[in-house]
Amino acid sequence: MTTNAAGRPGTHGAILEDTPPDGEGPVVELRGAGKSYGNIRALHGVDLAVHSGRVTCVLGDNGAGKSTLIKIISGLHQHSEGEFLVDGAPVRFSTPREALDKGIAAVYQDLATVPLMPVWRNFFLGSEMTKGPWPVRRLDIARMKRTADEELRNMGIVLDDLEQPIGTLSGGQRQCVAIARAVHFGARVLILDEPTAALGVKQSGVVLKYIAAARDRGLGVIFITHNPHHAYMVGDHFSVLRLGTLELSADRSEVSLEELTNHMAGGAELAALKHELAQVRGVDVDGLPEERDLTATTTTAPTAPAAPAESATSAAPVLPAPEGK
Amino acid sequence: MSQQAAPAVGTPPAPGSGQRDGRTARRPPALRLLARPEVGVFLGAVAVLVFFLVAAPSVRQGSSMATILYQSSTIGIMALPVALLMIGGEFDLSAGVAVITSALTASMLSYQLTLNVWAGVIVALVVSLGVGAFNGWMLVKTGLPSFLVTLGTFLILQGVNLAVTKLVTGNVATDDISNMDGFDQAKALFASSFDVGGVQVKITVVWWLVFAAIATWVLLRTKYGNWVFAVGGNKDSARAVGVPVAFTKITLFMLVGFGAWFVGMHQLFSFNTVQSGEGVGQELIYIAAAVIGGCLLTGGYGSAVGPVFGAFMFGMVNQGIVYAGWNPDWFKAFLGVMLLGAVLINLWVQRTATRR
Repeated sequence: MTTNAAGRPGTHGAILEDTPPDGEGPVVELRGAGKSYGNIRALHGVDLAVHSGRVTCVLGDNGAGKSTLIKIISGLHQHSEGEFLVDGAPVRFSTPREALDKGIAAVYQDLATVPLMPVWRNFFLGSEMTKGPWPVRRLDIARMKRTADEELRNMGIVLDDLEQPIGTLSGGQRQCVAIARAVHFGARVLILDEPTAALGVKQSGVVLKYIAAARDRGLGVIFITHNPHHAYMVGDHFSVLRLGTLELSADRSEVSLEELTNHMAGGAELAALKHELAQVRGVDVDGLPEERDLTATTTTAPTAPAAPAESATSAAPVLPAPEGK
Repeated sequence: MSQQAAPAVGTPPAPGSGQRDGRTARRPPALRLLARPEVGVFLGAVAVLVFFLVAAPSVRQGSSMATILYQSSTIGIMALPVALLMIGGEFDLSAGVAVITSALTASMLSYQLTLNVWAGVIVALVVSLGVGAFNGWMLVKTGLPSFLVTLGTFLILQGVNLAVTKLVTGNVATDDISNMDGFDQAKALFASSFDVGGVQVKITVVWWLVFAAIATWVLLRTKYGNWVFAVGGNKDSARAVGVPVAFTKITLFMLVGFGAWFVGMHQLFSFNTVQSGEGVGQELIYIAAAVIGGCLLTGGYGSAVGPVFGAFMFGMVNQGIVYAGWNPDWFKAFLGVMLLGAVLINLWVQRTATRR
């Protein structure tokens, strides 16, 4: 599959490296959190833990409570039951700015950029670098361009012309710029709201690659999606929401792609979805068996990152990461 | 920050800074230049200038050019903040009558209370900024479109201008303030002329170009300018990344207020009295000058230089028709054709130049 080709074997090695829990406490944790709007209970009893360097996938159908969940974590809404902890301390955000100050950044699919502005202006929008004393305080354009270029390259995005309006980039590239921006401005936890929903297969692959890149840089990633395939390619932990409650919360080693899809669909819709899935699988023929192999290896050797021989080349560069932490 | 600690760059190989993507070839410089918002209007202005230089020989005289520039500057000084506001995604229908409101305030306050005219000038500035702030505040608080909010202000100001003037002076015009304290100083600032090689040039031309230079610098080189583009381009994105949207919009409206004050003062100190019913329809001229100048009516795109040429085209046509000896009744029709033509050319140039 194209995604795997784009993701290079490194993706697999990276997933394995990150699968064993590193012993640190979660950066963001929800304990029995819930939210009621008047007499409507949108979310109830949700447990979620986001660790540094791990991708936590939140799956669910429309109306399952995914949006409410992110809104609580990103500070747009407040939870009405349970606990919300950042670095082990209970918090209650009233604005997205407070969440940002704690290093929690949300990248919304449509709220990411200003299309007509150049890439570098978008990158620094709202946090511009300036130089000079007040009356003539001006943008430090050279430094901003250089920094934006460096940050984008660090995420593996190469753009020839940072002056081009960001609207001329493809949807996936735009999403990646937004992710790189969040990473640059000190995000520790990145919330991605359905970043692949409007994208084609190849573009989704690009975004998934940068999710993995952000994860490898030590960020905790919350990946909201209703595509179990995308989730399974990068996820370390899967939480499936259904009608506002957690239906499944499992590590990668405890669940297969098929189980995940079943949980996503649930009961009556299952038959119809299986049919659909078969078609999707038709596209994914190269990729999916690999994923299953991967799960098997992880289950047998959860603490040995270098175990899979097929990804030995790519496992080498990621190995030093746990020691560095 | 945790990601600083030995980031494991396993997945994407970080490309060296010399590496290029290669998929996006740089467009030729000529095309990139054409894609600038002000280039289309510049070509249009040159075309109109050449046309009248040929059609009306008297335009070639220095004094005619000074008159044309003066005419352009009175439109241009207002077209600048209107253009900034438009880039910021809004427009102000009250801009035309706000000019008169400002002039009336200064004139009547100084005359009725027998104050130094500077007191009136300062109060007029406060009133103008206040009207702008009110427009912006209403817009931000209610979320109504600026068309409605400023249409309301437009009608209110139009009525207040007439009613208050009649109430205070018993007339539709204000009294002559030319013999009052401070008049000459204020006239020197707002409405004097100076000599360039035997040609009398109005000081507004200088102010116009100075304001245009400042506006260009602010727009392209400062944080605030960045915010103006952002709130016009995508308000929600801008808010999400921490741009103070309300502040930006309100100050943009206040800038229009400042422009209205300046042009109002110019009118007051060049004619000594103010006709309270004037100014209606001017707001559309300002908006047209900004649009001809390459500003996108829906916001997020434009320049401060473009409206300078846009205003120049207006002044040129306005005076050119007179110099050419044509029936001036045709002026508005000519303007309309020019507006449509300019917009179409802009559209075509941008489509051609920004095509991928």
